[in-house]
Amino acid sequence: MAIDFLYPQYEVVRNMDRCITCRACERQCANEVHHYDVDFGYMVSDESKCVNCHRCVSLCPTRALKIVKTDHTFKENANWTGKAISEVYRQAGSGGVLLSSMGNPEPLPIYWDKILINASQVTNPPIDPLREPMETRTFLGKKPGKIERGKDGNLVNNLSPQLQLNVPIMFSAMSYGSISYNAHASLARAAVELGTYYNTGEGGLHQDFYQYGDHTIVQVASGRFGVFKEYLEAGAAIEIKMGQGAKPGIGGHLPGLKVGPDISKTRMIPEGTDAISPAPHHDIYSIEDLRQLVFSLKEATEYKKPVIVKIAAVHNVAAIASGIARSGADIIAIDGFRGGTGAAPTRIRDNVGIPIELALAAVDQRLRDEGIRDQVSVVIGGSVRNSADLLKAIALGADAVYIATSALLALGCHLCRTCQSGRCNWGIATQRPDLVKRLNPDIGSRRLVNLVTAWDHELKEMMGGMGINSIEALRGNRLMLRGIGLTQKELDILGIKHAGE
Amino acid sequence: MKRVYVNEKWCLGCHLCEYYCAFANSGKSDMVKALKDHKIAPRIKIEERDNISFAVSCRHCEEPLCVKGCISGALTIQDGAVHIDSDKCVGCCTCILCCPYGALSHSEQGAIQKCELCQKNEFGQPMCVQGCPNKAIVYEER
Amino acid sequence: MLQKEGQVRIPSGCAISGIFRKDGSRIDGSRIITSIAAMHDRSNGLGGGFAGYGIYPEYKDFYAFHVFYDNQSARDTCEEFLERHFDIVNLSKIPVRRHPHITDEPMIWRYFVSPLHTKLEASQLDEREFVARCVIRVNDQFDGAYIFSSGKNMGVFKASGFPEDVGEYYRLEEYSAYSWTAHGRYPTNTPGWWGGAHPFALLDTTVVHNGEISSYDANRRFIEMFGYRCNLLTDTEVITYIIDYLNRKIGLTLEEISHVIAAPFWSTIEARPERERQTLTYLRNAFASLCVTGPFSILVGYEGGLMALNDRLKLRSMVVGEKDKTVYIASEECAIRVIAPELDRLWAPRGGEAVIVGLEEGGK
Repeated sequence: MAIDFLYPQYEVVRNMDRCITCRACERQCANEVHHYDVDFGYMVSDESKCVNCHRCVSLCPTRALKIVKTDHTFKENANWTGKAISEVYRQAGSGGVLLSSMGNPEPLPIYWDKILINASQVTNPPIDPLREPMETRTFLGKKPGKIERGKDGNLVNNLSPQLQLNVPIMFSAMSYGSISYNAHASLARAAVELGTYYNTGEGGLHQDFYQYGDHTIVQVASGRFGVFKEYLEAGAAIEIKMGQGAKPGIGGHLPGLKVGPDISKTRMIPEGTDAISPAPHHDIYSIEDLRQLVFSLKEATEYKKPVIVKIAAVHNVAAIASGIARSGADIIAIDGFRGGTGAAPTRIRDNVGIPIELALAAVDQRLRDEGIRDQVSVVIGGSVRNSADLLKAIALGADAVYIATSALLALGCHLCRTCQSGRCNWGIATQRPDLVKRLNPDIGSRRLVNLVTAWDHELKEMMGGMGINSIEALRGNRLMLRGIGLTQKELDILGIKHAGE
Repeated sequence: MKRVYVNEKWCLGCHLCEYYCAFANSGKSDMVKALKDHKIAPRIKIEERDNISFAVSCRHCEEPLCVKGCISGALTIQDGAVHIDSDKCVGCCTCILCCPYGALSHSEQGAIQKCELCQKNEFGQPMCVQGCPNKAIVYEER
Repeated sequence: MLQKEGQVRIPSGCAISGIFRKDGSRIDGSRIITSIAAMHDRSNGLGGGFAGYGIYPEYKDFYAFHVFYDNQSARDTCEEFLERHFDIVNLSKIPVRRHPHITDEPMIWRYFVSPLHTKLEASQLDEREFVARCVIRVNDQFDGAYIFSSGKNMGVFKASGFPEDVGEYYRLEEYSAYSWTAHGRYPTNTPGWWGGAHPFALLDTTVVHNGEISSYDANRRFIEMFGYRCNLLTDTEVITYIIDYLNRKIGLTLEEISHVIAAPFWSTIEARPERERQTLTYLRNAFASLCVTGPFSILVGYEGGLMALNDRLKLRSMVVGEKDKTVYIASEECAIRVIAPELDRLWAPRGGEAVIVGLEEGGK
């Protein structure tokens, strides 16, 4: 069917002067791009199979490989881009929904990059984190807003259950199924070492990981996979997933192909069956239903664990967050439109939802306007790429951030955005045993700890520069931010001034 | 004493250890120059079948049979590691027959070759360990 | 256009001084003027002020409102509002003396008031909350009117100028107080506005402050949830509201408040005995958004007491001296020695360590 032909997006460039024919590329490519041609006596490649994941490039001992974008092109057209045309061909051929993975890659505004951070000069000393304490410990959970005293006059601890984070960074939800056993092991072990939390996602909790329960957030999503009493009791907190930034308004689908014995057991579904999460929770069609689920989960766990409600950043996110804050939830997690996914319809990923920066600013302000900001903690995710994004998020009003794409990058992900194929060469988004073993959790957890520790150092440096030595004094401190190149409307929503003002 | 240990669980069968070994012992400073168009004869070898793979090299036994069996005194223990003096080696291959692990082999130069933990080459640290992408080969005290 | 205070946030450095007589005996304002004048170079002539406690014994059951008016119409509007909400038992201009260095004076009026019974009942608020809300409302919504003092048997006197000139201008030698605090200001831009001078007051709580807090907007955006309006955009204003909120509305003691706003470091908390550790952890967590960072030294005056507090790193100087029944607190030792050369004791409190003094039994 020549009419369906699409020229490969990438070209594998092999420097024949450097190739020693060790065949590591061939052995490491699950997409079978490379092979050794006995007749020629050298390596050849089929770039039509290449997803540009860089596994071969990274492992080539002589740096003989690189992947380049092809210069093959359609006739120049600013409207009908090559991507737009190819997608029509693909759908005309298949009749199917286009699928993509990871976060929205389109060139929409990234507000983090249009916000600048303040520093102290003269009137107020910067603080050197190498010489003075610099505190980033954070507590998540509802604050009481009033005190109680015992008969002796001493303060009584009237706080509802809290999560203590030694750094204001948590690993956000990625299910066992969408990512591998070893990826989960890496996240869990890193969370323990860092004094923070990772999130099971909606795929249940593998028996082997119950030991990390004190640093685990267990998720309850619309499919309720793997949810039972011990599961709820195993975690430090329970998250109700209402939505996901990459695909607001739709559910999820783990193909039966990936549901092997272990996943089947963990998700509590038969082996080989598709795991389909419905778009809504079928017991939550409105906010009062959410309140019932929040309290059902609290009842089930004797009010010992904070409940998180996770939503995608959509247009009326502020009003929704206000409703959640009054639903009994202890923490609201908001996922921006650049948040990642193991698989989502391309059109939804690229067109639904709003930037997390605007959503966060709107939610934080709304909760303050209603005087209920302290009744709930706000955690945001959806593309926090570095410590500057993290700092800006906290200054806009977040209590902590969720990271997932950054965490996967630390584990080796090269953002080839082909998770849905299940052939992740880095052992992350795959269930194939030969691929899963490529991610050694000893290495993975170390790299995650390194990443978060590095961000924490940078966060402290920037806080010290502003003369702030405690993270709570940064939270919602929007005077420490200035916009650059933003319209007045954008500045108003972000609640910040323009640089120079 | 630090030895090279392998962990089958994490071995990907990529064979890179073999190439790093061959390079380390080639005497050349550039991997391309050392290995380009060259059939390698590494001192560490991947054994594999189906989904199982692991690297095998000299274990530097505390009572090495190869040293006992060496007729010319070419194999000796120095600081716990088994080394070979290629000038003394007569190429009788007794050691190859003695070693239960198959860790010794012919070298291109005629004498016997074996893993000497890269102590005799310019790297000083086992290069197979450095080159393993998944920590399936480690160099440590146990 | 140069923006004035209240339109833009102005960081400032400063000098503070305080005198507290534990036996309740009262002294006139000349000594506190001498003390703050010793630190002349810590101010730049853009703001000075004083607070005195026990100065209106004859009206001690009435709230004393000190008000700046920019013009007559502001006064008319404000007085109309006050008449609707309060019984005004006395009103007059605050007596001042012409001073060559004090210019651009607003109209400065004083009212002794008590809330109208009917209004208070209808509001379903306690009396102090009712008064506080009225004060905040005037300051937030009435252009050109600014109530800068609103406690009972106490008063704030402040202006744009060097503090010693401000003291002379307000004729402080004619007032006697058991507790005096003073402030000399060094704002870093714009001619200081009279209302921006310290002390900053709400009801009987007054704050003089030296420093620039880096947590300002975090604290402001939090405290505004509880009905406060930070119109002046000054650190002092937000600190005053924090103290008022934690003390009057939440019910924390001043010492507990000091553990919230100058929260001990976690490493310090962890080294404390179990019981104390729990309390400190609780306070830091439950009131996290009221932790104040950046340099500050503050004097908090209130009826019957005075609290001095430094930031947790002690980034601003502050010393305390004691002689017999009198406690002296100042940014610099010289400001104490100039009025009390011989002291029983002199020390520099550690960062975050509150010094709290109160009237002795039978004092006042």
